[in-house]
Amino acid sequence: MALLELRGVSKRFGGLQALTRVSMDLEDGMIASLIGPNGAGKTTLFNTLTGIYQPDEGEMRFLNRSLVGLKPDKITGAGISRTFQNIRLFAHMTVLDNVLVGMHARLNTSVPAILLRLSRFHEREKLARHKAMELIELTGLCGRENEWAHQLSYGEQRRLEIARALAAEPTLLLLDEPSAGMNAAEARSLMALFVELMGRYVKAILLIEHNMRVVMGISHRVHVLDYGEKIAEGHPDEVRQDPRVIEAYLGQGSWVENARS
Amino acid sequence: MKGIGSTMALLGSILFSFLLAVRFPQSLFAFLLFEGSLIAIYYSSIPNNLKLWLGALVLLWLMPILGYINGYYLEVAIQIGIYVALALGLNIVVGFVGLLNLGFVAFYAIGAYLWAIFGSTQANQFIPGGLFPLSPSWFFVFLLLSIVVGAVTGTLLGLPVLRLRGDYLAIVTLGFAEVVRALVNNLDKPVNLTNGPRGIAPITKPPLFFQPLLEFIGVKVAEAQLYPLYFYFVILAMVCVIVLVTRRLENSRIGRAWKAIREDEVAAAAMGVPVVRTKLLGFAVGASFASAVGVLFAAKQVFINPESFTFMESIGVLAMVILGGMGSIPGAILGATAVTILNLQLLKGLSLWLNGLRQSGAVLSLPFLGSYSLSQLPAQFEPAKYERMVFGLILILMMIFRPQGILPPRQERRK
Repeated sequence: MALLELRGVSKRFGGLQALTRVSMDLEDGMIASLIGPNGAGKTTLFNTLTGIYQPDEGEMRFLNRSLVGLKPDKITGAGISRTFQNIRLFAHMTVLDNVLVGMHARLNTSVPAILLRLSRFHEREKLARHKAMELIELTGLCGRENEWAHQLSYGEQRRLEIARALAAEPTLLLLDEPSAGMNAAEARSLMALFVELMGRYVKAILLIEHNMRVVMGISHRVHVLDYGEKIAEGHPDEVRQDPRVIEAYLGQGSWVENARS
Repeated sequence: MKGIGSTMALLGSILFSFLLAVRFPQSLFAFLLFEGSLIAIYYSSIPNNLKLWLGALVLLWLMPILGYINGYYLEVAIQIGIYVALALGLNIVVGFVGLLNLGFVAFYAIGAYLWAIFGSTQANQFIPGGLFPLSPSWFFVFLLLSIVVGAVTGTLLGLPVLRLRGDYLAIVTLGFAEVVRALVNNLDKPVNLTNGPRGIAPITKPPLFFQPLLEFIGVKVAEAQLYPLYFYFVILAMVCVIVLVTRRLENSRIGRAWKAIREDEVAAAAMGVPVVRTKLLGFAVGASFASAVGVLFAAKQVFINPESFTFMESIGVLAMVILGGMGSIPGAILGATAVTILNLQLLKGLSLWLNGLRQSGAVLSLPFLGSYSLSQLPAQFEPAKYERMVFGLILILMMIFRPQGILPPRQERRK
C-alpha cells in the first residue's frame, strides 16, 4: 500500500517553474532518497509536501487523505514531520523543550487542565518527558537535555532536529540533507540510526541527500529531480546507470565513480 | 537543616530595614532598603519554601504596617502592583510569543472604562431606568467580566493583525491603542458613552465586605486608610494569580509553543503548532490581564479620563519588560518595580530636594564659573518631568549593554 502518492505536483514562483508535474509513490517500510543537482526543486518539494507552500497543480495523498490546502500543523498532525536543510531549531529553548515542542500535536492537554494542574496534566507531561528523553538518548544527545539548543555543536544540532521531528510521532519522516557537514564516521552512525528508526518509530523515510554513500547505502528507491522535473526513479543501482541522471550531474564531478569506490 | 544561617541573616536585615523605615517614615533611603529586601530574598540561596514565607512576611505583614504609617508608601506599592500586572501581561505577548505590541494600554483602558461606565452614573446616559451606579459588590463581577472582555477584544484585534510580522504588527497595535483612546475621547456624542475628555467620576469602590469582621476582632481603621490597604491586598492577590497563571502556562505545551513561535515560526508550524491560534491565545491572555488591572485602576482612582491611557503608558510598560528581561517572569516583576520606583520616588524625591534647595536660596560656587544661585534654576530642570527621557534612556542603555535584560530567563535545571 502506498503511504504517500504524489500526482502531477507543480509549483511556480513567478516565472520560475520550481516543480513540474512531479509524481511519486512511497511504500510502507521504504527508505527513499530524493537526489538532484542544486536548485533541482528537492527542498521545494518538501516545503510543498509539508504545507509551507501550496501546489499550483496536482494531488498529494497521504494514507488516502488529500494534503492539498492543509496548514503545516495539520500535516504534521496527519503524520508527516520533517527536518530542515538549514537548521531551524528553537535556539533559546532547551534541548528537552525543543523535543517537547515536537510533541505539540500529540499532547492535547486542555487549557483548564494546564491551569488547574489536573492529574491529567501531570500524567501527560510526565509521559511526554519520558518519551522526549528516550528520543534524546536515541539520537545520542544524552546529558545535553538542559542545554540551550544553540549551545550544541553542528552535528548535535542536526541530530536534535531529527529527535524533534520524531517527537511528532510521524508515519513518514522527511529529512532534508541530514548528513550535511558531517564526516564519514558521523554519516555512518546516522545511517545506522535511520535503519533503526524504520518500523520502530516511522513507517517510511524520504530523504534529500547529497552524500551518495548514504543514498546508495540505505535507499530502497531513488528519485532524481532536475530543473523541477523527475527524470529518473528506481533502485539505486538502476538509477546510477541511467544516462539522463549522469547527464544531469555532468560537470558536477563524477559522483558515479565516487559512489562506486 | 541547610541555609538556616543565611535565613536568619536575611530575616535580620529585613527587620532592620523595616524598623529603619518605621523610625524614619519620610526617608526615601529606608524605604528603598526595605523594598530591596525582597530582591535579597529572591537572590538568596535559601530553599524555595523559605523564600515564599519570607516574601509573604514582607508583603502581607510588614508592608501594610509601613503603609499604615506612611500612606504614600502604600500608594507606591499599589502602583507597583498595577505595573507588575501590566508588565506580566505584556511579557506574554512580547517576551513569550515575540510579538511587539506597542498598544498594550488599549486593553488596560478597555477594562478601566468597563467598570468606570457601569460603576458610575455614566451608564444612565444610555441605559434608562437609573440603575447605575451598580452596587460595590458588582466590582468583583466586573473583574471577572473584564477578563472575558479583554480576551475577546484581544482576539478581535489579533485576528486581522497577527498575519503581520515585526514592525508592521507594532505599528498596527500602536494605531489600535490610539483608536481606543480617540474613541473614549469622542464617544460623548451623539450618545454619551464615555463622557469624552472630561472623564468619569466618581467610580464606585469595591465593597468593604470584611468590615464587620474587622469590627468583630476589634480593629478600627478609618475608611480613608482602609481603602488603600484594601486595594493593596486586592492588587497583591491579582498579581499572585497572574504570576501563577503565567507560570503554569509557561511550563506547559502552550508556553513551549509560544516560545517556539518566537524562535522560528516556520519550524513551529512544521512541528505541529497551530501558529495563528497559539498567537491569538497569547494575545488574549495578555489582554485579559491588562483589562482586569484596568478595572482595579478605575476603582482605585475614582476618576479616569483618556489622559491616563496614552502611548507613553504603553512605552513605559514595554520599558519595564525590556529592563527586566523579555520572557522572564521575575524580570517583568523587577522591571516594573524598578521603573515605578524610579518615577514615583527617585525622580520625585530629586525634584523635592532641588525645590528645597531653590527655595532656601542656596548658592553653588563653581571654580572658574563663579557662583550660581540655585534660586535661579529654571523650572524645566525639574527631574519629575524627565519620565519620558528616563524611559528612552532605559531602552537605549539596555539595548547597548544588556539586551537580554537584568533577569533574563534561566535555563531550567530539571531533575
